[in-house]
Amino acid sequence: MSTLEFRNVSKRYWVRGSGHLLALDDVSFTLASGQTIALVGQSGSGKSTIAKIITQLERQTSGDVLLDGTPIPRAGRGLRRYRQQVRMVFQDPFASLNPYHTIRHHIERPLRLDRVVPKFEVEDEVRRLLERVRLDPDELIDRRPHELSGGQRQRVAIARALASRPSLLIADEPVSMLDVSIRLGVLNLLADLQRESRLGVLYITHDLATARHFSDEIMVLHRGVVVERGPADRVILDPQHEYTRALRDASPDPDKHFGAAAGATTTGADS
Amino acid sequence: MRFLLSRAAFYLFTAWAAITINFFLPRMMKGDPISAYLAKNQGQISPEAIASLRTLFGLDTERTLLEQYIDYWGLLFSGDLGRSFSKGLAPVTEVIASALPWTVGLVGIATVLSFFLGTAAGAIIGWRRGSRADLVVPFATFFSTVPYFWMGLIAIAFFSTALGWFPASHAYDKGTQPGFTWEFISQVIAHGFLPALTIVVSSLGGWILGMRNMMITVLDEDYVTVAQAKGLTTRRVLGAYAARNAVLPQLSSFALSLGFIVGGTLVMELVFSYPGVGKLLLDATTAKDYPLMQGLFLVITLTVLVANILADVAYAALDPRTRQVEA
Amino acid sequence: MTYPTTAANAVAETLPRRPRRGSPLSRLGASFAMFRNAKSITGLVILGFFVLLAVFGDLISPYGPLEKDFTALRQPPSAAHWLGTTHMGEDVLSQIIFGTRGVLIVGFAAGIIATLIAVVIGVTAGYISGWRSESLSALTNVFLVLPGLPLIIIVASQYENPSLLLVAGVLAITGWAWGGRVLRAQTMSLRNRDFVQAARANGEPLWRIITVEMLPNLTAVIASSFVGTVTAAVLGLTTLAFIGVIPITNLNWGTILFWAQQNGAFPDYWWWYIPAGLCIALLGMALALVNFGIDEYVNPRLRSAGERARALRKKGATISDSVTAVRAPKGDA
Repeated sequence: MSTLEFRNVSKRYWVRGSGHLLALDDVSFTLASGQTIALVGQSGSGKSTIAKIITQLERQTSGDVLLDGTPIPRAGRGLRRYRQQVRMVFQDPFASLNPYHTIRHHIERPLRLDRVVPKFEVEDEVRRLLERVRLDPDELIDRRPHELSGGQRQRVAIARALASRPSLLIADEPVSMLDVSIRLGVLNLLADLQRESRLGVLYITHDLATARHFSDEIMVLHRGVVVERGPADRVILDPQHEYTRALRDASPDPDKHFGAAAGATTTGADS
Repeated sequence: MRFLLSRAAFYLFTAWAAITINFFLPRMMKGDPISAYLAKNQGQISPEAIASLRTLFGLDTERTLLEQYIDYWGLLFSGDLGRSFSKGLAPVTEVIASALPWTVGLVGIATVLSFFLGTAAGAIIGWRRGSRADLVVPFATFFSTVPYFWMGLIAIAFFSTALGWFPASHAYDKGTQPGFTWEFISQVIAHGFLPALTIVVSSLGGWILGMRNMMITVLDEDYVTVAQAKGLTTRRVLGAYAARNAVLPQLSSFALSLGFIVGGTLVMELVFSYPGVGKLLLDATTAKDYPLMQGLFLVITLTVLVANILADVAYAALDPRTRQVEA
Repeated sequence: MTYPTTAANAVAETLPRRPRRGSPLSRLGASFAMFRNAKSITGLVILGFFVLLAVFGDLISPYGPLEKDFTALRQPPSAAHWLGTTHMGEDVLSQIIFGTRGVLIVGFAAGIIATLIAVVIGVTAGYISGWRSESLSALTNVFLVLPGLPLIIIVASQYENPSLLLVAGVLAITGWAWGGRVLRAQTMSLRNRDFVQAARANGEPLWRIITVEMLPNLTAVIASSFVGTVTAAVLGLTTLAFIGVIPITNLNWGTILFWAQQNGAFPDYWWWYIPAGLCIALLGMALALVNFGIDEYVNPRLRSAGERARALRKKGATISDSVTAVRAPKGDA
């Protein structure tokens, strides 16, 4: 059981020539294991900044990020323990795996870094992790990323994120770079893994339909401010903020105009 | 504006680095050829000249390094680079001033000419990729790897000694008075033609290859395809769309390799006995004329920096992004 | 004067192909993938020929390099002296064979030292950011802009008898900057790639991120800057020897040209000065070919341009007035 808390977090970037840009403005929320929250917003709304701050690739300008009530240390063993608990799946599986290294290397590294299992069990654990993401270890373990399809790569990235046995997972638009036909498979895999391990998942997306399908709660981010948060169905069916309403009306609705033709992304919601 | 300021800061820094290297070089030198020379030629050198030589070469050890450094800058600002041992104790600045125009004229014109010819040829070869024009590539490669000085020797052996078309050495015939006369100017052109040709031929290959590769990369961009699809004339697509964008990296690599090119062309002057700074530097090296060597290094470096600034200005003029920032 | 222009500008957008299995042997093979093309192989074969000459010089060469035969002065090529003799009756071919050693030792030593400096400064400047990165970059540019050869001439002339290593060191110090610049640009683009970010988020230590995650993806650029500095060092060394700054005891191709020039070989005794210059050009050409191969590996547009245009013409289209090409999809899975 772990809880991640954002307490009044702001992030300011310096932009050459035009002063600074407030990417996040006083954002607060909590994410507990077992819980799934969808973070929805258009590009530039600050979604990725939240992901970067959670993974501590960047440090917040002000405010606190707390894990189980303790602020994240800047460096050292404490930061390592935090990173072992909170892992991230990147958006682009074509870029998030090192083209030079094998699949084995990618999954082995977190195992060794965090000493998850004794050395002699590393190989078995790599295979177990590949099986958990429904990949065939014998076929893939010694291959390099370019020999895999986009869906396979994203599964490898998920296995890598799970290797350190985290309690919280950040998934930054994990299916937006994949073919529409395989998106659902990857999303359902994430949902299964979330239930099996009682993970807390922050699902970052710009797609309201998958957000509703995948998560219990939806949090809407607009220009660095959280404008609305609530149960998924409530936010979709009865949006309080006008930005949420605009966002909902902008996404294709199969019932309204196009029938089955535009339903490719939303049919998932019913299955 | 920001671009210009950062470039200006860079050039000031580089000039400072060159001058500081020049300050420290003789101080790290083993032995002391200067005091030996001064002892041998006592009474022939004026006291001020001795004082400036002592400052330039770090013989004023009774002063602290910082004081020496400040004195050194003082000398530079008064235009005093010491006296040349091998040129009858003439001031180094005067010796260099008489040689510099020859080098700037010969190397400058030849290098710029080679850059323009090579870039134009590279643009056309890149445009006609896959055609017979590609045959130029191996030749360009060969000529770009031949040492300048060897090419010069071959050129002399062939065009001057065997065929007798051009004079083999010097900038003009002996006995001719320099001046604005047709006789003098025609001789300068005749004498400069062969070394200039050698510089153009040996550096042309590099520009052709660089521009060809940039063109091929740019031609794959969508905006070139769109320009063609719009039905623009070939000439316009080639000139205003493809070459216009390919020439920018070409120009910046020109600016950056100037130091390299100048090094090679200096040796050419030795081969052709051309009275420029390169020949002067090599003569000074042979004669162990340290004040002249130091002064030459400084002047050559500062000249290269000025050439760099000119290339930067050309880049800024061609690059719409810098112009936009200006406005 | 051939710099890997495209490697500098085209950020390695296409990721290298790697063989299937991860055995140590195939891994080694993977590192050489950039040399697997006609141009690189031709270059490497010529280079290998010179390396053999350098290593087995004592066995191959028919005479000693300074062995004098006063009965055969300034002889044109003959059965006894394939490339003729000098004014002292020395065999030109033997001088060239022995000279290969000096050229290659200095060339490779300078290349190695310069590449080390370029990797350390370039990769550091590319990985860190802010004023520290900017000042390393300014330092690189200063070394790039300062004319190297005059500096080398002055430094070398301060020594009575500079050792080979000193010459290589000075050539390296004046020659690392181009590689450093290219490496900085490549590292900056790598640093922001997701796989480096992922390694950081996993808590990989900095030295591992640089050596294990980034450096292998920079091998092509490092190889190309190495080849480039060797070329520049060979040209620099022969130039220095030709103008007589390097002592004549260090026999190399430039020394041969120095003697030829000093003893009036031009223009009549062509066998004395043509072969040495051709050897410099041939070695330079071999190195340039290796670099073209690497260039085409890094920037596949260069490789495919010719083939695609030829294919188009076969279909009856001319290149200049047809719509150029459909771009290959990026990141094919």
